[in-house]
Amino acid sequence: MKILVQIKRVIDYQVTVRPTADGRNVETAGVKMSINPFDENALEAAVRLKEAGLATEVLAVAIGSAANQDVLRHALAMGADRALLIETEHTLGSLQTAKALKALVAREDPQLVLTGKQAIDDDAAETAQMLAALLDWPQATFASAITLADGVATVVREIDGGQETLQLNLPAVISADLRLNDPRFIKLPALMMAKKKPLETLPLAELGTVDAPALTLEAVNEPPARPAGRVLGNVDELVAALRAAKVLS
Amino acid sequence: MSVLVIAEIDANGLKTATRSAISAAAQLGGEVHVLLAGENIRGVALQAKEIKGLSKILVADAPEYAQGIAENLSPLVRQLAADYQTIVAAATSFGKNLLPRVAALLDVAMVSEVTQILAPRRFVRPIYAGNLNATVAAPAGQLVLTIRPTTFAPAELQGGAAEVVAVAGTGDAAKARFVRRELAVSDRPELATAKVVISGGRSLGSKEAFHATLTPLAEQLGAAIGATRAAVDSGMAPNDWQVGQTGTVIAPELYIAFGVSGAAQHVGGIKDAKIIVAVNTDPDAPIFKVADYGLVADLFTVIPALQSALKG
Repeated sequence: MKILVQIKRVIDYQVTVRPTADGRNVETAGVKMSINPFDENALEAAVRLKEAGLATEVLAVAIGSAANQDVLRHALAMGADRALLIETEHTLGSLQTAKALKALVAREDPQLVLTGKQAIDDDAAETAQMLAALLDWPQATFASAITLADGVATVVREIDGGQETLQLNLPAVISADLRLNDPRFIKLPALMMAKKKPLETLPLAELGTVDAPALTLEAVNEPPARPAGRVLGNVDELVAALRAAKVLS
Repeated sequence: MSVLVIAEIDANGLKTATRSAISAAAQLGGEVHVLLAGENIRGVALQAKEIKGLSKILVADAPEYAQGIAENLSPLVRQLAADYQTIVAAATSFGKNLLPRVAALLDVAMVSEVTQILAPRRFVRPIYAGNLNATVAAPAGQLVLTIRPTTFAPAELQGGAAEVVAVAGTGDAAKARFVRRELAVSDRPELATAKVVISGGRSLGSKEAFHATLTPLAEQLGAAIGATRAAVDSGMAPNDWQVGQTGTVIAPELYIAFGVSGAAQHVGGIKDAKIIVAVNTDPDAPIFKVADYGLVADLFTVIPALQSALKG
Protein backbone atom coordinates (compact mmCIF):
# COMPACT_ATOMS: atom_id res chain seq x y z
CA MET A 1 0.00 0.00 0.00
CA LYS A 2 1.20 3.46 -0.92
CA ILE A 3 0.83 6.46 1.41
CA LEU A 4 0.84 9.99 -0.01
CA VAL A 5 1.89 12.71 2.45
CA GLN A 6 1.24 16.33 1.56
CA ILE A 7 3.70 18.79 3.13
CA LYS A 8 3.85 22.58 3.06
CA ARG A 9 6.75 25.01 3.34
CA VAL A 10 5.88 27.79 5.80
CA ILE A 11 7.62 30.49 7.84
CA ASP A 12 9.40 28.76 10.72
CA TYR A 13 7.22 28.63 13.81
CA GLN A 14 9.79 30.51 15.91
CA VAL A 15 9.89 33.56 13.62
CA THR A 16 8.05 36.74 14.66
CA VAL A 17 5.95 37.48 11.58
CA ARG A 18 5.36 41.01 10.24
CA PRO A 19 3.20 42.52 7.51
CA THR A 20 4.95 43.81 4.38
CA ALA A 21 5.54 47.59 4.15
CA ASP A 22 2.41 48.06 2.00
CA GLY A 23 0.29 46.03 4.44
CA ARG A 24 -0.91 43.72 1.67
CA ASN A 25 0.82 40.50 2.68
CA VAL A 26 3.14 38.81 5.15
CA GLU A 27 6.86 39.62 4.92
CA THR A 28 8.73 36.51 3.75
CA ALA A 29 11.92 38.12 2.36
CA GLY A 30 14.96 36.87 4.25
CA VAL A 31 12.75 34.92 6.67
CA LYS A 32 13.60 31.37 7.78
CA MET A 33 11.28 28.79 6.20
CA SER A 34 10.62 25.23 7.42
CA ILE A 35 8.31 22.28 6.96
CA ASN A 36 4.91 22.87 8.57
CA PRO A 37 5.11 21.19 12.02
CA PHE A 38 1.82 19.28 11.66
CA ASP A 39 3.05 17.86 8.32
CA GLU A 40 6.09 16.46 10.13
CA ASN A 41 3.67 14.53 12.35
CA ALA A 42 1.91 13.23 9.23
CA LEU A 43 5.23 12.15 7.70
CA GLU A 44 6.40 10.48 10.88
CA ALA A 45 3.14 8.51 11.03
CA ALA A 46 3.54 7.39 7.40
CA VAL A 47 7.16 6.32 7.92
CA ARG A 48 6.21 4.36 11.06
CA LEU A 49 3.43 2.56 9.16
CA LYS A 50 6.00 1.58 6.55
CA GLU A 51 8.48 0.45 9.22
CA ALA A 52 5.70 -1.68 10.72
CA GLY A 53 5.25 -3.40 7.35
CA LEU A 54 1.80 -1.86 6.80
CA ALA A 55 2.83 0.31 3.84
CA THR A 56 5.16 -0.30 0.91
CA GLU A 57 5.91 3.26 -0.20
CA VAL A 58 5.77 6.77 1.28
CA LEU A 59 5.49 9.57 -1.29
CA ALA A 60 6.01 13.15 -0.04
CA VAL A 61 4.38 15.92 -2.09
CA ALA A 62 4.74 19.69 -1.90
CA ILE A 63 3.01 22.29 -4.07
CA GLY A 64 4.82 25.56 -4.80
CA SER A 65 8.01 27.09 -6.13
CA ALA A 66 11.37 25.37 -6.62
CA ALA A 67 12.27 26.55 -3.10
CA ASN A 68 10.11 23.68 -1.80
CA GLN A 69 12.93 21.25 -2.59
CA ASP A 70 14.34 21.91 0.87
CA VAL A 71 11.24 20.62 2.70
CA LEU A 72 11.03 17.67 0.30
CA ARG A 73 14.67 16.76 1.10
CA HIS A 74 13.71 17.02 4.76
CA ALA A 75 10.85 14.57 4.09
CA LEU A 76 13.19 12.17 2.29
CA ALA A 77 15.64 12.36 5.21
CA MET A 78 12.82 11.52 7.60
CA GLY A 79 12.17 8.34 5.62
CA ALA A 80 9.95 9.13 2.62
CA ASP A 81 10.91 6.93 -0.36
CA ARG A 82 10.23 9.45 -3.08
CA ALA A 83 9.39 13.15 -3.33
CA LEU A 84 7.34 15.10 -5.83
CA LEU A 85 7.26 18.84 -6.30
CA ILE A 86 4.15 20.12 -8.05
CA GLU A 87 5.66 23.33 -9.31
CA THR A 88 3.78 26.61 -9.52
CA GLU A 89 4.64 30.23 -8.81
CA HIS A 90 1.08 30.89 -7.61
CA THR A 91 -0.10 30.55 -4.04
CA LEU A 92 -2.99 28.11 -4.11
CA GLY A 93 -6.02 28.31 -1.87
CA SER A 94 -7.25 25.24 0.01
CA LEU A 95 -9.77 24.13 -2.62
CA GLN A 96 -7.23 24.59 -5.44
CA THR A 97 -4.72 22.54 -3.45
CA ALA A 98 -7.32 19.83 -2.86
CA LYS A 99 -8.11 19.70 -6.59
CA ALA A 100 -4.43 19.39 -7.52
CA LEU A 101 -4.05 16.59 -4.96
CA LYS A 102 -7.13 14.84 -6.32
CA ALA A 103 -5.53 14.77 -9.78
CA LEU A 104 -2.32 13.45 -8.25
CA VAL A 105 -4.22 10.72 -6.39
CA ALA A 106 -5.60 9.58 -9.77
CA ARG A 107 -2.00 9.21 -11.06
CA GLU A 108 -0.41 7.69 -7.98
CA ASP A 109 -3.24 5.58 -6.59
CA PRO A 110 -2.41 5.77 -2.85
CA GLN A 111 -4.64 4.01 -0.31
CA LEU A 112 -4.04 6.66 2.31
CA VAL A 113 -3.42 10.41 2.12
CA LEU A 114 -1.91 11.96 5.24
CA THR A 115 -1.34 15.66 5.93
CA GLY A 116 -1.12 18.06 8.86
CA LYS A 117 -4.38 19.23 10.37
CA GLN A 118 -3.54 22.83 9.48
CA ALA A 119 -0.69 24.94 8.15
CA ILE A 120 0.67 27.40 10.73
CA ASP A 121 0.67 30.25 8.19
CA ASP A 122 -2.95 30.48 6.99
CA ASP A 123 -4.34 28.42 9.92
CA ALA A 124 -7.18 27.32 7.61
CA ALA A 125 -7.41 23.58 8.45
CA GLU A 126 -9.37 22.84 5.27
CA THR A 127 -7.34 20.87 2.70
CA ALA A 128 -7.71 17.31 4.07
CA GLN A 129 -11.49 17.60 4.42
CA MET A 130 -11.81 19.14 0.95
CA LEU A 131 -9.69 16.42 -0.65
CA ALA A 132 -11.74 13.70 1.08
CA ALA A 133 -14.93 15.32 -0.26
CA LEU A 134 -13.60 15.56 -3.84
CA LEU A 135 -12.47 11.91 -3.78
CA ASP A 136 -15.63 10.79 -1.94
CA TRP A 137 -13.33 9.12 0.60
CA PRO A 138 -13.85 9.03 4.37
CA GLN A 139 -11.89 11.47 6.51
CA ALA A 140 -10.44 11.54 10.01
CA THR A 141 -9.24 14.98 11.04
CA PHE A 142 -7.08 15.96 14.06
CA ALA A 143 -5.80 12.38 14.44
CA SER A 144 -3.80 11.45 17.56
CA ALA A 145 -3.54 7.70 16.89
CA ILE A 146 -3.79 5.61 13.71
CA THR A 147 -3.89 1.83 13.37
CA LEU A 148 -4.33 -0.06 10.10
CA ALA A 149 -5.72 -3.57 9.67
CA ASP A 150 -7.71 -5.41 6.99
CA GLY A 151 -8.42 -2.37 4.84
CA VAL A 152 -9.72 -0.35 7.79
CA ALA A 153 -8.06 2.61 9.54
CA THR A 154 -8.97 3.02 13.20
CA VAL A 155 -8.30 6.61 14.17
CA VAL A 156 -8.47 8.43 17.49
CA ARG A 157 -9.39 12.10 16.97
CA GLU A 158 -8.83 15.07 19.27
CA ILE A 159 -12.20 16.81 19.73
CA ASP A 160 -13.42 19.61 22.01
CA GLY A 161 -13.60 18.16 25.52
CA GLY A 162 -11.93 14.82 24.77
CA GLN A 163 -11.34 12.19 22.08
CA GLU A 164 -13.36 10.03 19.74
CA THR A 165 -12.54 6.90 17.76
CA LEU A 166 -13.68 6.28 14.17
CA GLN A 167 -13.17 3.42 11.74
CA LEU A 168 -12.69 4.37 8.09
CA ASN A 169 -12.82 2.10 5.08
CA LEU A 170 -9.66 2.62 2.98
CA PRO A 171 -8.86 4.54 0.87
CA ALA A 172 -9.09 7.47 3.27
CA VAL A 173 -7.71 10.91 4.12
CA ILE A 174 -6.31 11.57 7.61
CA SER A 175 -5.04 14.88 9.06
CA ALA A 176 -2.48 14.78 11.87
CA ASP A 177 -2.69 16.49 15.23
CA LEU A 178 0.51 17.31 17.16
CA ARG A 179 -0.32 14.47 19.58
CA LEU A 180 0.04 11.84 16.87
CA ASN A 181 3.77 11.31 17.51
CA ASP A 182 7.16 12.93 18.11
CA PRO A 183 8.80 13.37 14.69
CA ARG A 184 12.27 11.85 14.56
CA PHE A 185 15.42 13.95 14.68
CA ILE A 186 17.23 13.85 11.33
CA LYS A 187 20.84 12.63 11.57
CA LEU A 188 23.55 13.53 9.08
CA PRO A 189 23.72 10.06 7.37
CA ALA A 190 19.96 10.27 6.72
CA LEU A 191 20.47 13.68 5.10
CA MET A 192 23.24 12.26 2.89
CA MET A 193 21.05 9.28 1.92
CA ALA A 194 18.17 11.64 1.10
CA LYS A 195 20.30 13.27 -1.62
CA LYS A 196 20.28 9.97 -3.50
CA LYS A 197 16.52 9.49 -3.32
CA PRO A 198 14.33 10.55 -6.27
CA LEU A 199 12.91 14.09 -6.22
CA GLU A 200 10.74 14.61 -9.27
CA THR A 201 9.22 17.90 -10.46
CA LEU A 202 5.86 18.12 -12.18
CA PRO A 203 4.46 21.42 -13.48
CA LEU A 204 1.04 22.08 -11.94
CA ALA A 205 -0.43 22.49 -15.45
CA GLU A 206 0.28 18.82 -16.15
CA LEU A 207 -2.26 17.85 -13.52
CA GLY A 208 -4.95 19.62 -15.53
CA THR A 209 -7.01 22.59 -14.50
CA VAL A 210 -7.32 23.43 -10.82
CA ASP A 211 -9.70 26.35 -11.23
CA ALA A 212 -11.55 26.90 -7.99
CA PRO A 213 -13.08 29.90 -6.25
CA ALA A 214 -10.42 31.43 -4.01
CA LEU A 215 -10.21 34.28 -1.53
CA THR A 216 -8.43 37.56 -2.25
CA LEU A 217 -6.04 38.73 0.44
CA GLU A 218 -6.68 42.48 0.81
CA ALA A 219 -4.67 43.41 3.87
CA VAL A 220 -2.50 42.01 6.65
CA ASN A 221 -2.31 43.91 9.94
CA GLU A 222 -0.88 43.45 13.39
CA PRO A 223 -3.77 43.02 15.83
CA PRO A 224 -4.35 46.06 18.05
CA ALA A 225 -1.72 46.06 20.80
CA ARG A 226 -2.98 45.57 24.33
CA PRO A 227 -2.39 48.63 26.52
CA ALA A 228 0.87 48.38 28.46
CA GLY A 229 0.49 46.46 31.70
CA ARG A 230 1.93 47.02 35.16
CA VAL A 231 4.21 44.89 37.26
CA LEU A 232 2.83 44.86 40.80
CA GLY A 233 4.70 44.41 44.07
CA ASN A 234 2.67 41.74 45.83
CA VAL A 235 -0.46 39.60 45.89
CA ASP A 236 -2.54 42.14 47.82
CA GLU A 237 -1.94 44.78 45.15
CA LEU A 238 -2.96 42.23 42.51
CA VAL A 239 -6.21 41.33 44.27
CA ALA A 240 -7.03 45.04 44.74
CA ALA A 241 -6.37 45.73 41.03
CA LEU A 242 -8.53 42.79 39.90
CA ARG A 243 -11.36 43.87 42.20
CA ALA A 244 -11.11 47.44 40.85
CA ALA A 245 -11.31 46.02 37.29
CA LYS A 246 -14.44 44.10 38.41
CA VAL A 247 -13.10 40.72 37.28
CA LEU A 248 -12.97 39.45 40.88
CA SER A 249 -15.63 39.82 43.52
CA MET B 1 -31.07 35.00 0.07
CA SER B 2 -30.94 33.42 3.48
CA VAL B 3 -28.18 32.07 5.68
CA LEU B 4 -28.13 28.48 6.95
CA VAL B 5 -26.43 27.81 10.28
CA ILE B 6 -25.34 24.21 10.94
CA ALA B 7 -26.06 23.48 14.59
CA GLU B 8 -23.83 21.43 16.87
CA ILE B 9 -25.72 19.27 19.33
CA ASP B 10 -24.28 17.45 22.33
CA ALA B 11 -25.71 15.65 25.39
CA ASN B 12 -26.73 19.01 26.89
CA GLY B 13 -28.57 20.17 23.76
CA LEU B 14 -27.58 23.02 21.47
CA LYS B 15 -23.96 24.12 21.98
CA THR B 16 -23.43 27.75 23.01
CA ALA B 17 -21.02 28.10 20.07
CA THR B 18 -23.95 27.52 17.68
CA ARG B 19 -25.74 30.53 19.16
CA SER B 20 -22.60 32.56 18.45
CA ALA B 21 -22.78 31.36 14.84
CA ILE B 22 -26.43 32.51 14.71
CA SER B 23 -25.36 36.01 15.88
CA ALA B 24 -22.68 36.09 13.19
CA ALA B 25 -25.17 34.88 10.54
CA ALA B 26 -27.54 37.71 11.48
CA GLN B 27 -24.81 40.19 10.50
CA LEU B 28 -24.81 38.86 6.93
CA GLY B 29 -28.34 40.09 6.11
CA GLY B 30 -31.36 38.00 5.09
CA GLU B 31 -33.24 35.38 7.08
CA VAL B 32 -31.33 33.07 9.40
CA HIS B 33 -32.29 29.39 9.39
CA VAL B 34 -30.68 26.64 11.42
CA LEU B 35 -30.20 22.97 10.58
CA LEU B 36 -30.52 20.54 13.47
CA ALA B 37 -29.34 17.09 12.46
CA GLY B 38 -29.24 14.27 15.00
CA GLU B 39 -31.22 11.48 16.51
CA ASN B 40 -34.14 12.06 18.90
CA ILE B 41 -33.68 15.83 18.86
CA ARG B 42 -37.28 16.97 19.42
CA GLY B 43 -36.28 18.63 22.68
CA VAL B 44 -33.41 20.50 21.02
CA ALA B 45 -35.78 21.72 18.29
CA LEU B 46 -38.19 23.10 20.90
CA GLN B 47 -35.29 24.89 22.60
CA ALA B 48 -33.96 26.30 19.29
CA LYS B 49 -37.42 27.58 18.29
CA GLU B 50 -37.14 30.22 21.02
CA ILE B 51 -33.77 31.62 19.89
CA LYS B 52 -33.99 35.28 18.98
CA GLY B 53 -33.44 36.14 15.33
CA LEU B 54 -34.20 32.74 13.82
CA SER B 55 -36.99 32.34 11.30
CA LYS B 56 -36.82 28.65 10.45
CA ILE B 57 -35.53 25.43 12.03
CA LEU B 58 -34.85 22.50 9.71
CA VAL B 59 -34.92 19.26 11.67
CA ALA B 60 -33.28 16.13 10.23
CA ASP B 61 -34.00 13.46 12.83
CA ALA B 62 -32.33 10.25 11.67
CA PRO B 63 -29.92 7.67 13.11
CA GLU B 64 -27.20 8.45 10.53
CA TYR B 65 -26.74 11.90 12.11
CA ALA B 66 -26.50 10.71 15.73
CA GLN B 67 -22.70 11.04 16.01
CA GLY B 68 -21.99 14.06 13.82
CA ILE B 69 -20.18 12.02 11.15
CA ALA B 70 -19.06 14.41 8.36
CA GLU B 71 -19.52 11.78 5.61
CA ASN B 72 -23.22 11.53 6.52
CA LEU B 73 -23.90 15.20 7.27
CA SER B 74 -22.21 16.73 4.22
CA PRO B 75 -24.64 15.27 1.62
CA LEU B 76 -27.56 16.57 3.71
CA VAL B 77 -26.08 20.08 3.85
CA ARG B 78 -25.23 19.99 0.16
CA GLN B 79 -28.84 19.10 -0.66
CA LEU B 80 -30.27 21.92 1.47
CA ALA B 81 -27.66 24.47 0.37
CA ALA B 82 -29.37 25.27 -2.94
CA ASP B 83 -31.69 27.67 -1.11
CA TYR B 84 -28.95 29.56 0.73
CA GLN B 85 -26.37 32.21 -0.06
CA THR B 86 -24.15 31.37 2.89
CA ILE B 87 -23.58 28.32 5.11
CA VAL B 88 -22.22 29.07 8.59
CA ALA B 89 -21.01 27.05 11.58
CA ALA B 90 -18.90 27.75 14.65
CA ALA B 91 -15.20 26.91 14.34
CA THR B 92 -15.35 24.13 16.94
CA SER B 93 -13.84 20.71 16.24
CA PHE B 94 -17.28 19.73 14.82
CA GLY B 95 -17.54 22.77 12.51
CA LYS B 96 -13.91 22.59 11.38
CA ASN B 97 -14.33 18.92 10.49
CA LEU B 98 -17.58 19.31 8.55
CA LEU B 99 -17.64 22.67 6.76
CA PRO B 100 -14.59 22.28 4.46
CA ARG B 101 -16.10 19.00 3.25
CA VAL B 102 -19.35 20.86 2.48
CA ALA B 103 -17.50 23.70 0.69
CA ALA B 104 -15.67 21.24 -1.57
CA LEU B 105 -18.90 19.38 -2.42
CA LEU B 106 -20.47 22.72 -3.38
CA ASP B 107 -17.28 23.88 -5.17
CA VAL B 108 -17.42 27.22 -3.36
CA ALA B 109 -14.99 29.40 -1.39
CA MET B 110 -14.52 28.89 2.32
CA VAL B 111 -13.44 31.33 5.02
CA SER B 112 -12.39 29.73 8.31
CA GLU B 113 -12.31 31.15 11.85
CA VAL B 114 -13.84 34.52 10.95
CA THR B 115 -13.44 37.01 13.81
CA GLN B 116 -15.05 40.03 12.15
CA ILE B 117 -17.65 40.49 9.40
CA LEU B 118 -16.88 43.74 7.54
CA ALA B 119 -19.43 43.14 4.76
CA PRO B 120 -21.27 40.01 3.51
CA ARG B 121 -18.16 39.17 1.42
CA ARG B 122 -15.32 40.77 3.43
CA PHE B 123 -13.99 39.25 6.60
CA VAL B 124 -11.17 39.47 9.11
CA ARG B 125 -9.56 36.22 10.23
CA PRO B 126 -6.45 35.58 12.32
CA ILE B 127 -3.39 34.01 10.69
CA TYR B 128 -0.03 32.90 12.13
CA ALA B 129 -1.54 31.84 15.47
CA GLY B 130 -3.32 35.17 15.84
CA ASN B 131 -0.12 37.17 15.52
CA LEU B 132 -1.51 38.83 12.38
CA ASN B 133 -5.00 39.59 11.08
CA ALA B 134 -5.88 39.06 7.42
CA THR B 135 -8.67 40.90 5.63
CA VAL B 136 -10.03 38.64 2.90
CA ALA B 137 -12.62 39.12 0.15
CA ALA B 138 -14.65 36.19 -1.12
CA PRO B 139 -15.60 35.80 -4.80
CA ALA B 140 -19.20 35.99 -6.07
CA GLY B 141 -21.38 32.95 -5.47
CA GLN B 142 -22.22 30.85 -2.47
CA LEU B 143 -19.95 31.00 0.54
CA VAL B 144 -19.10 28.70 3.46
CA LEU B 145 -17.89 30.22 6.73
CA THR B 146 -16.79 29.11 10.15
CA ILE B 147 -16.80 31.81 12.81
CA ARG B 148 -14.68 31.93 15.97
CA PRO B 149 -17.29 31.57 18.72
CA THR B 150 -15.46 33.66 21.34
CA THR B 151 -15.75 36.81 19.19
CA PHE B 152 -19.53 36.74 18.62
CA ALA B 153 -21.95 36.99 21.59
CA PRO B 154 -24.37 34.01 21.66
CA ALA B 155 -27.89 34.75 20.34
CA GLU B 156 -30.44 35.03 23.14
CA LEU B 157 -32.36 31.89 24.07
CA GLN B 158 -35.66 33.78 24.34
CA GLY B 159 -37.89 35.94 22.19
CA GLY B 160 -37.85 33.94 18.97
CA ALA B 161 -40.70 32.25 17.16
CA ALA B 162 -39.14 30.16 14.41
CA GLU B 163 -41.10 27.80 12.20
CA VAL B 164 -40.07 24.14 12.55
CA VAL B 165 -39.80 22.07 9.37
CA ALA B 166 -38.83 18.40 9.15
CA VAL B 167 -36.37 17.37 6.44
CA ALA B 168 -35.71 13.82 5.28
CA GLY B 169 -32.44 12.06 6.03
CA THR B 170 -29.95 11.26 3.27
CA GLY B 171 -28.97 7.84 4.61
CA ASP B 172 -25.76 6.34 5.93
CA ALA B 173 -22.83 6.91 3.55
CA ALA B 174 -21.22 3.83 5.17
CA LYS B 175 -17.71 5.25 4.85
CA ALA B 176 -16.88 5.98 8.47
CA ARG B 177 -18.10 4.14 11.54
CA PHE B 178 -18.35 5.75 14.96
CA VAL B 179 -16.66 3.59 17.62
CA ARG B 180 -16.63 5.60 20.86
CA ARG B 181 -16.18 9.00 22.42
CA GLU B 182 -14.35 9.75 25.66
CA LEU B 183 -15.08 13.14 27.14
CA ALA B 184 -13.15 14.51 30.09
CA VAL B 185 -15.53 14.77 33.03
CA SER B 186 -15.23 17.95 35.04
CA ASP B 187 -17.53 19.86 37.34
CA ARG B 188 -15.66 23.07 36.60
CA PRO B 189 -16.76 25.36 33.73
CA GLU B 190 -15.86 24.47 30.12
CA LEU B 191 -12.51 25.98 29.11
CA ALA B 192 -13.79 27.65 25.92
CA THR B 193 -16.56 29.60 27.65
CA ALA B 194 -15.34 30.03 31.27
CA LYS B 195 -15.37 33.58 32.67
CA VAL B 196 -12.16 32.89 34.62
CA VAL B 197 -9.32 30.67 33.43
CA ILE B 198 -6.11 29.89 35.31
CA SER B 199 -3.32 28.07 33.57
CA GLY B 200 0.02 26.51 34.22
CA GLY B 201 3.21 25.84 32.30
CA ARG B 202 5.96 23.27 32.60
CA SER B 203 7.43 24.98 35.68
CA LEU B 204 4.67 23.35 37.76
CA GLY B 205 7.08 20.39 37.67
CA SER B 206 4.88 17.30 37.63
CA LYS B 207 1.34 16.12 37.00
CA GLU B 208 0.76 15.82 40.74
CA ALA B 209 2.07 19.33 41.41
CA PHE B 210 0.08 20.75 38.49
CA HIS B 211 -3.22 19.46 39.82
CA ALA B 212 -2.47 19.93 43.54
CA THR B 213 -1.38 23.53 42.98
CA LEU B 214 -4.00 24.76 40.52
CA THR B 215 -7.16 22.82 41.46
CA PRO B 216 -7.90 24.45 44.85
CA LEU B 217 -7.48 27.95 43.37
CA ALA B 218 -9.65 27.03 40.36
CA GLU B 219 -12.36 25.82 42.72
CA GLN B 220 -12.16 28.98 44.77
CA LEU B 221 -12.44 31.16 41.65
CA GLY B 222 -14.97 28.97 39.81
CA ALA B 223 -12.36 28.88 37.06
CA ALA B 224 -11.48 26.47 34.27
CA ILE B 225 -7.89 25.22 34.17
CA GLY B 226 -5.79 25.61 31.04
CA ALA B 227 -2.26 24.52 30.20
CA THR B 228 0.57 25.31 27.83
CA ARG B 229 1.64 22.90 25.14
CA ALA B 230 4.81 22.19 27.13
CA ALA B 231 2.75 21.19 30.18
CA VAL B 232 0.53 18.97 28.06
CA ASP B 233 3.44 17.37 26.19
CA SER B 234 5.19 16.52 29.44
CA GLY B 235 2.04 14.74 30.63
CA MET B 236 1.08 17.20 33.38
CA ALA B 237 -2.31 18.09 31.94
CA PRO B 238 -4.73 16.43 29.48
CA ASN B 239 -4.67 17.48 25.80
CA ASP B 240 -8.00 19.23 25.82
CA TRP B 241 -6.74 21.70 28.47
CA GLN B 242 -4.25 23.17 26.01
CA VAL B 243 -4.72 26.86 25.33
CA GLY B 244 -3.34 28.33 22.10
CA GLN B 245 -3.19 27.89 18.34
CA THR B 246 -3.32 24.11 18.45
CA GLY B 247 -5.61 23.95 21.45
CA THR B 248 -8.53 26.10 22.55
CA VAL B 249 -8.75 29.83 21.86
CA ILE B 250 -10.27 31.55 24.87
CA ALA B 251 -11.56 35.02 25.72
CA PRO B 252 -12.41 34.97 29.45
CA GLU B 253 -12.93 38.00 31.69
CA LEU B 254 -9.84 37.03 33.67
CA TYR B 255 -6.89 34.88 32.64
CA ILE B 256 -4.11 34.11 35.12
CA ALA B 257 -0.98 32.45 33.73
CA PHE B 258 1.27 30.75 36.29
CA GLY B 259 4.78 29.94 35.15
CA VAL B 260 3.86 30.46 31.49
CA SER B 261 6.62 31.98 29.36
CA GLY B 262 4.27 33.28 26.66
CA ALA B 263 5.26 31.63 23.38
CA ALA B 264 3.53 33.10 20.30
CA GLN B 265 1.34 29.98 19.89
CA HIS B 266 0.04 30.37 23.45
CA VAL B 267 -0.43 34.14 23.37
CA GLY B 268 -2.46 33.80 20.13
CA GLY B 269 -5.02 31.85 22.14
CA ILE B 270 -5.45 34.31 25.05
CA LYS B 271 -5.13 37.75 23.41
CA ASP B 272 -8.83 38.49 23.62
CA ALA B 273 -9.07 37.96 27.38
CA LYS B 274 -10.33 41.08 29.15
CA ILE B 275 -7.65 41.01 31.85
CA ILE B 276 -4.45 38.96 31.65
CA VAL B 277 -2.34 38.34 34.76
CA ALA B 278 1.12 36.80 34.55
CA VAL B 279 3.02 35.25 37.44
CA ASN B 280 6.56 34.28 36.50
CA THR B 281 9.98 34.37 38.13
CA ASP B 282 11.59 35.56 34.89
CA PRO B 283 11.03 39.33 34.45
CA ASP B 284 11.94 39.00 30.75
CA ALA B 285 9.30 36.34 29.97
CA PRO B 286 7.34 37.43 26.85
CA ILE B 287 4.04 36.86 28.70
CA PHE B 288 4.63 40.16 30.56
CA LYS B 289 4.31 42.04 27.24
CA VAL B 290 0.63 41.08 26.97
CA ALA B 291 -0.23 40.99 30.69
CA ASP B 292 -2.29 43.78 32.26
CA TYR B 293 -0.87 42.88 35.66
CA GLY B 294 2.32 41.02 36.37
CA LEU B 295 3.99 39.57 39.43
CA VAL B 296 7.65 38.65 39.17
CA ALA B 297 7.46 35.92 41.78
CA ASP B 298 7.41 32.19 42.41
CA LEU B 299 3.99 30.73 41.62
CA PHE B 300 4.31 28.31 44.55
CA THR B 301 4.30 31.24 46.99
CA VAL B 302 1.85 33.40 45.01
CA ILE B 303 -0.93 30.80 44.79
CA PRO B 304 -1.33 30.19 48.56
CA ALA B 305 -1.08 33.95 49.17
CA LEU B 306 -3.74 34.55 46.54
CA GLN B 307 -5.98 31.92 48.13
CA SER B 308 -5.80 33.55 51.55
CA ALA B 309 -6.21 37.07 50.11
CA LEU B 310 -9.36 35.92 48.29
CA LYS B 311 -10.74 34.45 51.52
CA GLY B 312 -10.21 37.71 53.38
